[in-house]
Amino acid sequence: MRPGRTRTIKVDALARVEGEGALRVRVRAGRVEEVQLRIYEPPRFFEALLKGRDFREAVDITARICGICPWAYQMSAAQAMEDACGVEVPAPLRALRRLVYCGEWIESHALHVYLLHAPDFLGYDSAVDMARDHPEAVQRGLELKKVGNEVMSRVAGRSVHPVNARVGGFYRVPGREELQALAEPLRRARDLAVETVRWVSTFPFPDLEQQVPYVALRHPTEYPILEGKIASTDGLEVEIRDYDRHFVEVQVPHSNALHSLTCDGRPYAVGPLARFNLNFPRLPPALRALAREVGTVPPCRNPFRSIVVRSLEMVYACEEALRLVETWEPPAEPAVPVVPREATGYGCTEAPRGILYHRYRIGADGIIQEARIVPPTSQNQRPLEEDLRAFVQGHLDLPREELTWRCEQVVRNYDPCISCATHFLRLEVDEA
Amino acid sequence: MAVPGARGVRSSGRRAKLAVWKFTSCDGCQLTLLNCEDELLTLADRVQVAYFLEASRARVRGPYDLSLVEGSITTPEEAQRIRDVRRASRYLVTIGACATAGGIQALRNFADVGEFLSVVYARPEYIKTLERSTPIADHVPVDFELRGCPVDRRQLLEVLSAFLAGRKPQIATHSVCMECKRRGLVCVLVAGGTACLGPVTQAGCGALCPGVGRGCYGCFGPAESPNTRSLARRWQELGQSRAEVMRAFRTFNAAAPAFQEEGERHASG
Repeated sequence: MRPGRTRTIKVDALARVEGEGALRVRVRAGRVEEVQLRIYEPPRFFEALLKGRDFREAVDITARICGICPWAYQMSAAQAMEDACGVEVPAPLRALRRLVYCGEWIESHALHVYLLHAPDFLGYDSAVDMARDHPEAVQRGLELKKVGNEVMSRVAGRSVHPVNARVGGFYRVPGREELQALAEPLRRARDLAVETVRWVSTFPFPDLEQQVPYVALRHPTEYPILEGKIASTDGLEVEIRDYDRHFVEVQVPHSNALHSLTCDGRPYAVGPLARFNLNFPRLPPALRALAREVGTVPPCRNPFRSIVVRSLEMVYACEEALRLVETWEPPAEPAVPVVPREATGYGCTEAPRGILYHRYRIGADGIIQEARIVPPTSQNQRPLEEDLRAFVQGHLDLPREELTWRCEQVVRNYDPCISCATHFLRLEVDEA
Repeated sequence: MAVPGARGVRSSGRRAKLAVWKFTSCDGCQLTLLNCEDELLTLADRVQVAYFLEASRARVRGPYDLSLVEGSITTPEEAQRIRDVRRASRYLVTIGACATAGGIQALRNFADVGEFLSVVYARPEYIKTLERSTPIADHVPVDFELRGCPVDRRQLLEVLSAFLAGRKPQIATHSVCMECKRRGLVCVLVAGGTACLGPVTQAGCGALCPGVGRGCYGCFGPAESPNTRSLARRWQELGQSRAEVMRAFRTFNAAAPAFQEEGERHASG
């Protein structure tokens, strides 16, 4: 490229992401000047429309923020309401929630690894195109995804917007036999997930080293899904209720989603890499051995390798789901009673794409007075833009088309869920 | 409703071109298409997936034989784009509660303007949005509307098969009660005294909520000729307040005419 020339890399409508976004990178005189992940997905004002609703309704309403990870929304909402009402859900119900969540991780990760992300590494436009040359691989991905969906449907009615989540527990809990039917498919899925780890580890990974701290839940004994403290690779470890004291959101002109930063104004990243880097010792020994075998161990700071980590998490989710199915003893009651009181409640769980934080203020009448939701993708926007900046700066010699494709891949490394990211915008009216 | 001619959506000698479009929505209905794990590759053999951003970078120009449309119209840009999609599509089928009734985001349609303005967004000038969320059929002619929040996988496959084969989709318009009876479930409303929207809600989900012992919450929208007034009265006899009845009709199909009307009846006082 001639010195002094301005070059713009533009993708007007990003493909193989959930929701609507675009990206623009401007290069001038061999320097990356400006990077924008532009989210134009229209806002849906969830926080505004939750105001005035009953505290029990948030579980089903917030599910509609995202069709890919509805259970994550349902669980963050349910736990926030239980926190507000001072209710603890007994261990068996908690185990069942974790089981459905494992199903969601399997379904969402399989979708991303096979249908959205792998085609980038192998040079295809889509998984359907990839299936022509790699039919077994795509079949494997679809089978895995199906098992994840089955876990969700069997316990929670359906995988998109499940109907069995409730503040205090469930509407109905399955019997032993019902869950046993999942054991065989889960065993098979675990083997497929192990194959997935080995398969994706053979992909070519461009060099890229993230500098931002990672933030995830951390739990004393479990790989975190439903519970834990909020921890960072910078040494932070705080209770969920203290989230707002450590993280803030700012609005930028080019995006319909707010950007999350630490209180001192620095970006941070959430998601599989963050969980993996902060919780590696909580993975079972055999899985840690597999991670070492394929050469992906903490600290893993290359976002292209997130596909390996996602695959390792799929193995974990299959094994954990299998354990939960095999040890399932249905409790006498599907839920504990919850009586509303005037309070603020906090909930944070590990959605497939990273921590998802909910905060609600409710009245003694159970009516929601204020709601706040911070989805993973809003937290990942800034590090994503930083990755783009670093990647483009290091690869200006690539032909334009290839560089553009690689930039899209940098975005897809995060499995961004743009539908989620946009929905916490407040309110604004354009007289039409 | 227009239904395809004898050849289905295909013109002779080539695969039908399928496009999937997203407007304001959660992606769940498009995902339901990708959740057809056993049928997906067969489908991709039979049709050319010409435009489906969630699944492919490849974009084949229109015209398209069949367009599936997810989401409602909430921005000026979307109001224009749906016209372009209609022009480029031989048949247009809307999928899900957002596209057929405006979705949960249509709750803004009932918000008091004063309250709207009092919730101030930090920099509202950056964002373009319309005052109301509206279904696709308010903007362009629609050939078939598939209900559900989300749509049901089997019903989606039925609609696709029907349009490919050139026949009318077999989608029942009766209420959830029929599905409940067919499943042999004990009525949660009559026997359990649980508030249930099943009697006025269109079937299609397989009576999922009564199946787990809770009342239907209406995610498939109004059934054919729903007697919402009578059901609302029964709910109040069961001890539901006017506000609770209103909220029940104001969820994912809040702007579907029958539900909107019943919601309004309980909105004042």
